[in-house]
Amino acid sequence: MMPIHPQTWVAYTFAILAGFGFGFVLERAGFGSSRKLAAQFYLRDMTVLKVMFTAIVTAMLGLVVLRTAGVLDFDALYVNPTALPPQVVGGLVFGVGFAVGGYCPGTAIVAAVTGKLDAVAFLGGAAFGILGFAGAYGKLEHFAKSGANQRILLTDWLHLSFGTVAVLVTLLALGMFVGAEWIERKMRGPGATPKATDKGDTNVHDAHADGVSPAE
Amino acid sequence: MANASTHDDSPHVGSGHFRAKPLWDPYVAGVFLGLVLLGTFLVVGRGLGASGALTRITAKITEFVAPSWVHANGAIGAYFAPGAHWWDDWLVFELVGVLIGGLAAGLTSGRFGAVIERGPRVSARSRLLFAFVGGAIVGVGARLAGGCTSGQALTGGATLALGSWAFMFSVFAGGYGAAYFVRRLWT
Repeated sequence: MMPIHPQTWVAYTFAILAGFGFGFVLERAGFGSSRKLAAQFYLRDMTVLKVMFTAIVTAMLGLVVLRTAGVLDFDALYVNPTALPPQVVGGLVFGVGFAVGGYCPGTAIVAAVTGKLDAVAFLGGAAFGILGFAGAYGKLEHFAKSGANQRILLTDWLHLSFGTVAVLVTLLALGMFVGAEWIERKMRGPGATPKATDKGDTNVHDAHADGVSPAE
Repeated sequence: MANASTHDDSPHVGSGHFRAKPLWDPYVAGVFLGLVLLGTFLVVGRGLGASGALTRITAKITEFVAPSWVHANGAIGAYFAPGAHWWDDWLVFELVGVLIGGLAAGLTSGRFGAVIERGPRVSARSRLLFAFVGGAIVGVGARLAGGCTSGQALTGGATLALGSWAFMFSVFAGGYGAAYFVRRLWT
């Protein structure tokens, strides 16, 4: 029966292996580039949405199949507790920082180890923000723990079975993929050829395109 | 889909950038990422993350400077409670793997080298400043929400956690809402 829950040192060794895969895929997806990540918010490059939702659907369908086959105890999985007020407000704040800084924490780590100095600055800022939150924790604690703060799944909220929700999430993702492809074609497809003088162009296909300045 | 760099902008950009390997197709990358995530669910019963380990490392670094403040802090003090170790968490070891995996991928793709990546209308110095500011905002948001794009959106999304889905859509809302105001940074 899974999860296997091996002893600690095995789990930590596995953590390094899983992290390796995680970091490797993030780099190969192009997420070591702040310009590519930020382009998501200007509808120039929808890779972030495509990769995220493909990953979510892949893992989710794997969980559904293994659960249905009776080899996975889904209730034994850690599920992030739901505390809607801090998660919604935290998400909005996080999104603003993402657009300003051009990274999220995981992508900044990958960018930093591949030499992006702006990612190093981002991580310094993230440490500063984490400390700021810790410093203000006395005032923020009440809000940070507000809401139900317990395990609530989409299945509970929608009163639908796990399988039905999985189908709906898959359809939602497919719908967003169709939309993302359409937007990308519209933003940069035939007829939308970027002009050489178009400063607004974000050539996010090439991390080393113009706009990348050599380090001093 | 990713055209390899045919025009080098500078000889200083870094080693091995002469011909960057193409990026993976986003859907292929997504499947691989999903399989890594599924693997962590099946083996250790939990998913991926990034901000949790950053919090622990930040707490450890700060402890060198202000140990009593860190130990008494309600948000991070528990990492240093008697019997606890700041590094004793799945996410810290996973982060070590991310560092190695990201480095290995960068070194083998031709996308490794010291650069300050920035939009065409912003100076390198401004970019570093805004990267720091953005990082600080992200740090606060992640701590408030109890995770980031990896630990909340990806991991919670796949396990169908209601709050993680709310977080994910809030991130996109915040990003798209702010994008107009910071367009000089990127476009």
